[in-house]
Amino acid sequence: MSNILTVSPSPHVHSGDSTKKIMYRVIYALIPAIIWSVFVFGLDALRVTFIAVAACLAFEYLIQKFLMKLQPSVTDGSALVTGILLAFNVPAGIPWWIIVIGALAAIGIGKLSFGGLGSNIFNPALVGRVFLLISFPVQMTTWPVIRQAETDALTSATPLGILKEGLISGKPVSQLAGELPSAQDMLLGITGGSLGEISALLLILGGLFLIYKKVITWHIPVSVIGTVALVAGAFWLTDPQSYIQPVYHVLTGGIMLGAIFMATDMVTSPMTPKGQIIYGVGIGVITISIRLFGAYPEGISFAILIMNAFTPLINTYVKPKRFGRK
Amino acid sequence: MLKTFKTGGVHPPENKLSAGKFIEVLPLPASVFIPVSQHIGAPSIPVVKRGDVVKTGQMIAKSGGFVSANIHSSVSGKVKKIDSQIDASGYMKQGIFIDVEGDEWLDEIDQSEELMKEFDLNGEEIIKKIQDAGIVGLGGATFPTHVKLIPPKGMKADILIINGVECEPYLTSDHQLMMEKVEEILVGTRLLMKALQVERAVIGIENNKPDAIRLFTEKAKEYGHIDVTALKVKYPQGGEKQLIRAVTGREVPSGGLPVAVGAVVSNVGTSFAVYEAIQKNKPLVERIVTITGKEVAKPSNFRVRIGTPISMLVEAAGGLPENTGKIICGGPMMGKAVTSLEVPVTKGTSGVLLLKKQESKRKNAIACIRCSRCVSVCPMGLEPYLLMTLSEKQIFDQAEGNRIMDCIECGSCSFTCPSDRPLLDYIRLGKGKVGQIIRTRKK
Repeated sequence: MSNILTVSPSPHVHSGDSTKKIMYRVIYALIPAIIWSVFVFGLDALRVTFIAVAACLAFEYLIQKFLMKLQPSVTDGSALVTGILLAFNVPAGIPWWIIVIGALAAIGIGKLSFGGLGSNIFNPALVGRVFLLISFPVQMTTWPVIRQAETDALTSATPLGILKEGLISGKPVSQLAGELPSAQDMLLGITGGSLGEISALLLILGGLFLIYKKVITWHIPVSVIGTVALVAGAFWLTDPQSYIQPVYHVLTGGIMLGAIFMATDMVTSPMTPKGQIIYGVGIGVITISIRLFGAYPEGISFAILIMNAFTPLINTYVKPKRFGRK
Repeated sequence: MLKTFKTGGVHPPENKLSAGKFIEVLPLPASVFIPVSQHIGAPSIPVVKRGDVVKTGQMIAKSGGFVSANIHSSVSGKVKKIDSQIDASGYMKQGIFIDVEGDEWLDEIDQSEELMKEFDLNGEEIIKKIQDAGIVGLGGATFPTHVKLIPPKGMKADILIINGVECEPYLTSDHQLMMEKVEEILVGTRLLMKALQVERAVIGIENNKPDAIRLFTEKAKEYGHIDVTALKVKYPQGGEKQLIRAVTGREVPSGGLPVAVGAVVSNVGTSFAVYEAIQKNKPLVERIVTITGKEVAKPSNFRVRIGTPISMLVEAAGGLPENTGKIICGGPMMGKAVTSLEVPVTKGTSGVLLLKKQESKRKNAIACIRCSRCVSVCPMGLEPYLLMTLSEKQIFDQAEGNRIMDCIECGSCSFTCPSDRPLLDYIRLGKGKVGQIIRTRKK
């Protein structure tokens, strides 16, 4: 027989799915939000996305090749996802060199220092974002005016910023409501904010695509968003003058981006549905605590990173329902 | 809503290329190699020696213990030698080589096709005959059937489940047997019910075999107390525990026997073998085998004498395709890749699958991205990613604590892993080691 036979243990067939395909599905899910960011912030949005992606890919390649002496794995799509998500988490007008520093923090510290894809404890894009937020607080909170706004101002504020400043200076919610964009505008994304977080609607569409393609399950997004709505709602019911309606909390800031695309990062989230719900509820509670009582107007980045740290613990104690065990 | 099991499961492409192909009789080989260990349990002990002349159906090796099975000559001829040869497991196995001369059966065996419905044996007599005939589970697990029929003290079965699921892709031997031998299988089922003293039997068939479901539903009426349940297609539904869960909603306890929840499962092929053993006096000397593969000229179902080299099946199906990269005894999910075409068909060989070169090699494993798919598809509710790591790092106490011994080796985890990680390979290694540790602890 001229054939050389392969002998290996079962199974002898494979689903054909790959890590690369999963990463690309995440990228497809992010495309509507990228297009919307260009529509709202102009070519600056493309500039930021391009620099973030290029810098992430470059750092991944260089560090793997020259520092870790490994075969670079830039083509697996994961650095591409990190790049896009990093861009989504910064203002559109941010200087290029800050983005590059963010990419270095994300890829170098957040991912490769732990050993690379699959070994990192924290979501790399959020490591990058939080690094920048602490290092460059001014640039990271200088929000460009959206093209749809009828104003001559050069910078604007995010809805959460307006709210936080207003409440601190003692204004009641009823007075601030006039300064905030309508819920409809926030759903559609006609509002200021980080590049990719503004359109709740398009992010939800991307999330539905990911659920349909079985990249993510509903557990994390629903538990995060549900918890935010419930906790914010409870406070609003007790004191509607000091706390705004829960719909604002759900639609503003990075809740959708965070709940659908950042908290669901496979590497850094729990493995079982029950664990994922605990994790999601934790993110929701921490986010709303920071928003209502913390120094920052927005808290989901910190909340996700904190719960990332709990993921190994959750995986150790929350086990799937074993077959044949009560 | 169709019934199915609740935890995990996957949907590999079915590729039932040989579906609907009538069972043909494979010509007799020139010689056979009949291993003495074709079942779970102690190897059988040869009772013939070199030079003996044997008839088809004559016992040539007797059961080596309670959990073991008799082995009968599948051909008539002269015993050439008792020696070792490689079998589907990849190991050298002792067996009996017989040169075929003619085809002379023992006189008491009824070779006719006539249907024999009536029987007046009691349960013990039925079990005795099943044991004598060397019948083992023909679904692939090859557990001696008589052992299943005698539950441990204090346990009592209340339902017999006949496994007509055939959830392995490609294989059609059970399906075709069901289509051609419906009454015989039903008589076999009645016999098993009598042996077990149960009042109820359910035949579980996956919904991708609507013809078999129709046929059995219609014919089962005449037999009474036998129901047919259509099941939603999902692998590994043919697994004993999964099938019991799907049909009855009961979960076999971890480490326990199916009869602990009152169920005994038997394959349709086994039911047919039971019919033949009792109504026809015919020991287990042949079985139905599917020969298939995407480039096989004629994917078919054959009735094959035990001990026939698989090369004969391949020839009968149009020869070995140029592009063959892997030869598998069994299905693609749980079958064994073999090293040579001289491997014999044994009691547990449900099919021979030839994979193309492109389908044969695995991709290189990359890092685990903790997507948790292995956890969500595991039908036993385990965490394959964790068990692999624990086995790899040799942390066996934790592997045991995380229920590694519950793994049924269905391969759903490796099948589904997007990083192509060899999850089941490592879990098997870990199971072997943990099994050893448990045995030494008991001593």
